[in-house]
Amino acid sequence: MLPYLLRRLAQSLVVLFGLAVVTFLIIHLVPGDPVQQMLGARATPHTVATVRLQLGLDRPLLAQFGSFVGDTVTGRFGDSITQSAPVGQLIGQRIAPSALLIAYGMLIALVIGVPLAIVAALRPNGFADNLIRVATTFSFAMPTFWLGLMLALLLGLELHVFPVSGYSGGIGGVLRTLTLPALTLGLSLSAIVVRTLRSSLLEVLQTEYIDAARARGLSERRVIGKHAMRNAVMGTITVLSVNLGFLIGGTVVIESVFQIPGLGSLLVQSVEHRDYQLVQTLALLAGATVVLVSLATDFLQAAIDPRIRLASA
Amino acid sequence: MSATVPATTPAARRRIGLRGLFAGRTRPPLPVLIGIGIVGVIALASLLAPLIAPYPPDKLDFLNQLQAPSFSHLMGTDDAGRDVFSRTLYGMRVDLGIVLLVTYVPMPLGVLIGAVAGYFGGIVDTVVSRVADTMIAFPFIVLVIAIIAIVGPGLTGVLIGVPIAAWALYARLARSEMLVMREQQFMLATTALGYTKRRAILRHAVPNLMRSSLIYSTVDLVVNLLLLAGLSYLGLGQQPPGAELGTIIAGGQAYLLSAWWIATLPGLVLVAFGVGVGLIGDGLSDGRMRGGAS
Repeated sequence: MLPYLLRRLAQSLVVLFGLAVVTFLIIHLVPGDPVQQMLGARATPHTVATVRLQLGLDRPLLAQFGSFVGDTVTGRFGDSITQSAPVGQLIGQRIAPSALLIAYGMLIALVIGVPLAIVAALRPNGFADNLIRVATTFSFAMPTFWLGLMLALLLGLELHVFPVSGYSGGIGGVLRTLTLPALTLGLSLSAIVVRTLRSSLLEVLQTEYIDAARARGLSERRVIGKHAMRNAVMGTITVLSVNLGFLIGGTVVIESVFQIPGLGSLLVQSVEHRDYQLVQTLALLAGATVVLVSLATDFLQAAIDPRIRLASA
Repeated sequence: MSATVPATTPAARRRIGLRGLFAGRTRPPLPVLIGIGIVGVIALASLLAPLIAPYPPDKLDFLNQLQAPSFSHLMGTDDAGRDVFSRTLYGMRVDLGIVLLVTYVPMPLGVLIGAVAGYFGGIVDTVVSRVADTMIAFPFIVLVIAIIAIVGPGLTGVLIGVPIAAWALYARLARSEMLVMREQQFMLATTALGYTKRRAILRHAVPNLMRSSLIYSTVDLVVNLLLLAGLSYLGLGQQPPGAELGTIIAGGQAYLLSAWWIATLPGLVLVAFGVGVGLIGDGLSDGRMRGGAS
């Protein structure tokens, strides 16, 4: 098991390094003077020079990269030029709505997706399976921002069940303000959950140990619920981890639809304000989260599933 | 560029070409035909937009603001009295043109890069794989937004940003298939016959690798369409007043309750197109599985 985990760890470190290089390059690839772009045409040469010094853009490239990586690891990101606040603080204020939205969206995707996947896998190509396939085809083709607007129109503006914009903390506030956004996110993810879980369940149902369980006369409920699902759970964990990038991308759009002050809307704002420093940090954070979660998932799976552990030994 | 299967038996030989993608059936299955129909109608309508559209897409008409759908305005009018149906036709034109470019330019490049990595292995493979891993690790839209931050908001940002991010998935797909294909008889034969590596990769491996990438590209096409509309909705893609489905929908958001049609109907066109492409893609991958080829 150890060689496998070490290999995965090394791979992830290389990718993390790659992410740092790519995001570091952002500010240096801006055509013209990035500081002038950030401050606008009216900034005096003196201000531009001061900010350039403050950002360390006058130092050698390698030294700049060193402090970029150092700042990221220690969580001190410096000050945002356009928002006049420390980048770390800006992110800290906005991380909770985004994280809650992703967690809530995952929950909804599972609640919708897992039962549908089981129903579909029980009778492949049956009526229910075909109906579910049509539904997932539709939900896969829906733009998240449009789906969000439609849900806001139906459940918010027409039926007045939920507010259509804003965010407030606390359990009650989250349930009230994040349910519509999370439903939007969850519905788009559920199509992927259904499709992946259905095919992994179908694969499990064809194995000999399922035949053996049936031959022993176990009830169908027990065969599916205990023997098949247990193996398909692994698939579900992987689906969620692999699609974390999709979920993070979804929050970027959905937070703008529902005006939630999260990291996604911060990213859009920072592009509008040409705050390259903030864009760099947010992009690196998003990529690093995906890499670290996928690494953690692999470790978890190796711990749970003896097949992975033994196969790679 | 024909995606063919190595013909070994007479039955397999008949499956060559586009028809071969449907596993030797003489006619594609019904869902695929429906998909082709939907995609065909929408593509044709947007291609012929200047002929079909009843109004110029930017024609302001302040006497007819926020009109509900009717025979004179099939999808109603927006807050400036512009005909939403005409704007949707012209918008779809922009969307489809850009999406085809940003999907089918990086695809062959990605396949080629993946094929080279898989064929040579070693350090080439390691470098390509880690670079591709890095690109894939970013949430797609975040990477594209980061590139748009460099280039500046607008369609140019999308045209540059999406291909930079999109080749990596094809490279990964082609690489893993190449690792298997490298050991197959027909690839070993290219070495035995003394073909150059360049000929072996370009003429013998890549055409075979294209097949699964072509199938995957149907998913990619929908993803990119939704991405483009999403970026324009966020104000980072097509800039208003230019017609594009994301900007039309964004413009309708403020009138969701009083004029639901502005945001709703163009969105339905996007969904219909995505469903059409999805039906075609499902048919292609089903055919592949049943055919058992490649």
